Amino acid sequence: MVAETTQERQPMLSVRGIVKRFGGLTAVNKVDLDVYPGEVVGLVGDNGAGKSTLIKCVSGVHQADEGEIFFGGARVHIAHPSAAREMGIETIYQDLALAGNLHVGANIFLGREVKKEYLGGVVKVLDETHMLTESEKVLDSLDIHIPSLTQEINNLSGGQRQAVAIARALYWDARLMIMDEPTNNLGVVEQRKVLSLIRTLRDRQVPVILISHSIHDVFAVSDRIVVLRRGRKVTEKVASETNSEEVVQYIVGARDDTREEIPAN
Amino acid sequence: MAVDSQREAALQPVAPKRLTGMQQFVLTVSRVWGWVFLFLLIVFFSITGTGFLSLRNSQNILVAIVPVLLLGLGQTFIIIAGGIDLSVNYVMGLASVVMALVIRDLVANGVDETLAILVGMALGIVAALIPGLLNGLIVAKLRVTPFIVTLGMAFVARGVGYLLSDGNVVGGQPPGVRLFGNEALLYYIPGDGGGLYFLQRPEAAGEQLRVLERIFPWPVVVLAIVVGFGIFLLSKTQFGRHTYAIGGNREAASRAGILVDRHTILLFVMSGFTAGLAGVLHTARFNGGSAIAGEAQLMPSIAAVIIGGVSMFGGVGTIWGTIIGALIMAVLQTGLVMLGVESFWQWIVVGIVVIVAVLIDQGRDLIKGRAEAQLSE
Repeated sequence: MVAETTQERQPMLSVRGIVKRFGGLTAVNKVDLDVYPGEVVGLVGDNGAGKSTLIKCVSGVHQADEGEIFFGGARVHIAHPSAAREMGIETIYQDLALAGNLHVGANIFLGREVKKEYLGGVVKVLDETHMLTESEKVLDSLDIHIPSLTQEINNLSGGQRQAVAIARALYWDARLMIMDEPTNNLGVVEQRKVLSLIRTLRDRQVPVILISHSIHDVFAVSDRIVVLRRGRKVTEKVASETNSEEVVQYIVGARDDTREEIPAN
Repeated sequence: MAVDSQREAALQPVAPKRLTGMQQFVLTVSRVWGWVFLFLLIVFFSITGTGFLSLRNSQNILVAIVPVLLLGLGQTFIIIAGGIDLSVNYVMGLASVVMALVIRDLVANGVDETLAILVGMALGIVAALIPGLLNGLIVAKLRVTPFIVTLGMAFVARGVGYLLSDGNVVGGQPPGVRLFGNEALLYYIPGDGGGLYFLQRPEAAGEQLRVLERIFPWPVVVLAIVVGFGIFLLSKTQFGRHTYAIGGNREAASRAGILVDRHTILLFVMSGFTAGLAGVLHTARFNGGSAIAGEAQLMPSIAAVIIGGVSMFGGVGTIWGTIIGALIMAVLQTGLVMLGVESFWQWIVVGIVVIVAVLIDQGRDLIKGRAEAQLSE
């Protein structure tokens, strides 16, 4: 049912039977998840449902105890966050990981600064002009307008910061974007801008996994919705074929597709 | 369309509501107050104190800031990255002692004087790099807060300095040491038969010797080179950018792939280097090594950094600020003495300046904060 729209294409990310335990607690229990190019997957569930743990297994923060991860068709072992980033898996956490005291351009190039070389490479100086021009390009391409790229991040609004974080990930060739509560702490207008950025990413064939407590936001942008409950995937729905009421029932445990399957076996 | 323009509105910061004239004025003043204050001090002391505005006094001030600024330089990097180094003063003493001991013993064993001095200076600096490296390793790898690590290291360095020197000043230095510490790049003899001399100290006797001016003594030249390199490193290079990033958001820096631990260790080694250099120049200037060579310089070095606008929370500051801070303190001290003010007053004045400097920075942040609040509706 779910696969209909995506059958012919190869998933960008395919997670198979992931299990992650912390001591006696099974945080993620045999979860499968496919994400196809050009789609937004909403990942929802109550606190402690395993959403964050699941994406941390994909972004390299945790290592799964069981299961396999395929990325771009190949089986991968993601040992470290930087390994995930090198593959093109970018995760934007709630804290955004921006240095507030540095300007927009410096943040987009943080850790990957471009340098001009003098005296045959002995002296390397930051190439601010290049970095600012490139930053402007990527922000323009996302239709983000920040008055001055030499402004400190501290002086920007929450939505602008979110936009800078997204632009940074995109500039460095994100092939999959994972966003953890991107609309938290934002005003209504800014929330809309972030959601529109997510659509932009999708239109560019960069798939997005969106984790959010806001069912409204999830429905606003998601093509598919995956519900986790107590570490298990309880359902997966095409967004246009369900509604928030039904999804909430899955979240709270009133409905459970896996439970229905058990008697069938 | 309507939604689009609404989105636009979100990111086109609402036509920056202009700051009020008063806010703008205060903001500008708070940014450059250090320069202004320094300038006013110089004007004030030049008018009131005889001999303040003279070649000789300017050189005295430059010589006086050498240790403060060298220690403050390493300190600036570390504080911007969110740490602090309380061991610099005794590390400076340790370097001073090691250099003097090495030179004394090498010369006593018939080693060529120049070679002995070079080896002595090198080993003095190496002796300072070791506590710096240990500071860095313990802070980065064992996650002990820099305040405690470097406080402990200060005692250790002091003790080792005392042990090596038996608690005495280490003398027995060949003449080259004193020449390096006290001779200059340029010489000037005013009046008839005088003139400007480059590198070569003129033969002078009697009255001419008395009025002989040493312009840019070697320690000042060394200071200028090191500070110049520091400014370049902090403001123009990736290393500098990462230093700010670590101070601004350590977690973000780490996630961006910056090797935070390695960077931290390097910063403490650099601070060891500048402290070592200060120790070497002390031995040269005073013709002997002492474990407490830098004892009085720790607080001024931190004060210079603070007056210069470096935030103790990290992420903010410049080396120019530290230079201004060191100059303000040196000008205050010499100026007050020349005015005939009891020298104890200088401490009180410096103390007030430190606190006022931070108040000015906070006031600026407050106004900036208000401006931001206005900008984001």
